[in-house]
Amino acid sequence: MLSARNVQAGYVPDLPILREVSVDVAKARVTAIIGPNGAGKSTLIKAIAGLVPISSGQIIHEGRDITNIRPDRMAAQGIAYVPQNDNIFRSLTIRENLDLALRRAGPRADEIREALFARFPPLAAKQRDKAGSLSGGQRQFLALANALAVEPRLILMDEPSAGLAPKATEEVLEMARELTTQGVTILLVEQNVTQALRLSDHCYILAEGRNQIDGKAADLLGDKVVAEIYLGGKRLRVGA
Amino acid sequence: MIQHMVDGVLVGSIYALGAIGLTMVMHMLRFANFTHAELLSVGAYIALVFDKLFTSLAPILATKIGPLSMTLALSLAMIVSMALTAASAVVIDRLVFRRIRQRGDMLSMVFASFGVALILRNVIGLIFGLGTTLYSKDIAFAVIISLDPLLMVRPDQIAVLGVALVLMLVLHLVLSRTIFGYALRAVAENASLAQVNGINLGRIVVAVWLIGGALAAAAGVFYGLTNQITPVIGRDLLMPVFAAAIVGGIGSVYGAAMGGFLVGLAANLALVILPSGYSPSVPFLIILVVLILRPNGMFGEARP
Amino acid sequence: MMGLLSYLVFFSTVASILAIAVLGLNLQWGNAGLFNGGVAAFFGAGAYGALILGGTPQEVHLGGFGLPFGVALIGGMFAAGALAWIFGRLTLRLRHDYLAIATFGVAVTFENVMRNAQWLSGGAQGIRGFARPLQAELGAGLSYNALYLAMVAALLILTYLFLQHLSRSPFGRLIRAIREDEEAAQSLGKSPAKVRLTAFVTGSVIMGLAGGLYGGFYAFVSPQDVLPILTFQIWAMLIVGGAGNNRGAIAGAFLIWGAWTASGWALSKFAPVEAQLYAGSIQYILIGSVIVGMLLWRPQGLFPERLLVSHSGQNNRTYKPAGE
Repeated sequence: MLSARNVQAGYVPDLPILREVSVDVAKARVTAIIGPNGAGKSTLIKAIAGLVPISSGQIIHEGRDITNIRPDRMAAQGIAYVPQNDNIFRSLTIRENLDLALRRAGPRADEIREALFARFPPLAAKQRDKAGSLSGGQRQFLALANALAVEPRLILMDEPSAGLAPKATEEVLEMARELTTQGVTILLVEQNVTQALRLSDHCYILAEGRNQIDGKAADLLGDKVVAEIYLGGKRLRVGA
Repeated sequence: MIQHMVDGVLVGSIYALGAIGLTMVMHMLRFANFTHAELLSVGAYIALVFDKLFTSLAPILATKIGPLSMTLALSLAMIVSMALTAASAVVIDRLVFRRIRQRGDMLSMVFASFGVALILRNVIGLIFGLGTTLYSKDIAFAVIISLDPLLMVRPDQIAVLGVALVLMLVLHLVLSRTIFGYALRAVAENASLAQVNGINLGRIVVAVWLIGGALAAAAGVFYGLTNQITPVIGRDLLMPVFAAAIVGGIGSVYGAAMGGFLVGLAANLALVILPSGYSPSVPFLIILVVLILRPNGMFGEARP
Repeated sequence: MMGLLSYLVFFSTVASILAIAVLGLNLQWGNAGLFNGGVAAFFGAGAYGALILGGTPQEVHLGGFGLPFGVALIGGMFAAGALAWIFGRLTLRLRHDYLAIATFGVAVTFENVMRNAQWLSGGAQGIRGFARPLQAELGAGLSYNALYLAMVAALLILTYLFLQHLSRSPFGRLIRAIREDEEAAQSLGKSPAKVRLTAFVTGSVIMGLAGGLYGGFYAFVSPQDVLPILTFQIWAMLIVGGAGNNRGAIAGAFLIWGAWTASGWALSKFAPVEAQLYAGSIQYILIGSVIVGMLLWRPQGLFPERLLVSHSGQNNRTYKPAGE
């Protein structure tokens, strides 16, 4: 679905944050990127989204080269990006946020909006309220709803659990999982390793701007070496 | 004193129109645009040219509208002027500001805007002469609204206030009811997020210049209608328009509108106390007070 | 021959005085990245201050304290510094373009007040009654003017040396560091606001010195001397010379002043009588074009800055709407 090949990227050309990263994202699966702080996880997502310049390497999506795409062209490629913080327009109402996201939907706008309200009932109830009045978890749902409004084939999520209570985190990640059963591909960056491994299919561990290990999430969960070196030395159990 | 307040509100509507465009540009492009006030001059003079053109082409257009000194020809000319001034704002951005902006050189933008303002103002002077002109040679008589206290208003002033309010209302409806308006507000809040949500920032920038230019042209025509047309309209309105934008809070359209009326009121009320020679200093004093008490204005947000 | 020499002395004196002001602006803009939209006000504070303190008693307005020129000059510089301190305190912590608007407003108000406050400044007539330093002893004429030029040139060199020294000192590096990367500087425990204020006030004091020398030279100052065009001329000088570069600043002063006087002379000589009224407009268009042209095509000036703090050399406070 999407491949990043030998990507070198960074805000300043002489100081790359990503030195050489390659990632393959399988269709209709959840792929997670985890790793220590400063590993370049967020930078990878931003580079794919066109927000951080890529100095060498390629991003291929559905066979098309989208390296250094202009960010506002992502939707046309079927990609949606949910940033970590500040991912909704607080001064607009929920309804206005959604309508803005739905602007290219044409005659299907009402249909999609209804579907979104069905999926996120709290948003429907508060649709005339300013988005800034929502709680952290609800804001994340709105951000997700905005992303889903363009009916993307791939969703990039930057630390969807950031700032969320455990229950909200679980809801968001479960929803990501559920979306894959409907054919949507998810690539997410996560700080919360347990949840990421629990709910993803394939997982990449990055450190210092490079790939370290990747594999099926279930395999990584049970791997002692991985736990020791990369995940703080704690043996993780499924269901923890 | 009531007369001063009435005059203040009437001139305030002109400041408001000028300030709305300025505040949008200042917020989005992060530079104090000293050229904006010159767009009012440009608008006033373009309207003058087309007014004469339309009148000579179709003398019937010279009929005045009701008790106003404004003619049909001038109304049409104003619309043409709004369009052309809007376009010239975009052209100036393309030619000058955008190149500097893309280098990341924000300080130079302000200098450049000063330079462009100098050029515009003096080119207008070269073309149209340094003296004053009017749209209509007829004397516009003031109407006595009340005898005690003595209140006199010219019909033109009322019309200007009315049309200005209509324009502001239209903008309000666009911002609150249309997707385009949502997009403008989204970009104003968080341009990077807007871009990630698929909004083409380049197009929004053009839209902001167009709206600002059109409103400035209207303000310029209104000023020319209720005062006189001179090449220094821009120079004279520069500080009041900046004051209005700062009072309202940079980035707030509603703030700019209210700020315009407040500055108009304050400037005119100040004339009750200060000798009239000091009136050019009043907008600055207003800015000073705002900067001391509430630097972000009424509705602005602190920005790094 | 004498006429040419006399003219050159005159020209050089004014150019040198303006060069001092440009050096002050260079400290503010070239080094500290501060926008001073009201150079004329600080220049004017120096001029009016010096003339009020050093002039002979007048009926119409304040002043005439008859203080020695040196004292009067320092008084003018102090006035400029005080003005800068007040407005710097208020605006330097805000977004950079607020400073632009505020300083521009200061200049507008300064000229307006000087024009109206008869008791303070003589109003539109300005301040006369100033005896140029040592005029009585030395008499007027070329030799006096040459001596005045020598004094101005000496002060210019002193100012240049002072600023070069400042530039190479830790304080100078600190100013540029704050311009380049404010956060990094802050993490070192330095207060950016205080540093900027110091740079702003120092630059304004230097402008006040220039103003005082200007007032002393003409023995007269009026609101016409503190119009916005003066601010534009001084910027043009710095932009042409090269912001950040003291030698460039001086070169720019002479270049632009030369161009200004040359264009004025050419217009008065060659333009038809009817067009004489517009000579000013044409000069304004020329200087506006110089400012815009330089900023577009050679923003580093004719003599670019050679002293850089870091490789990127870019102002940290940038905003580029990506996608344009």
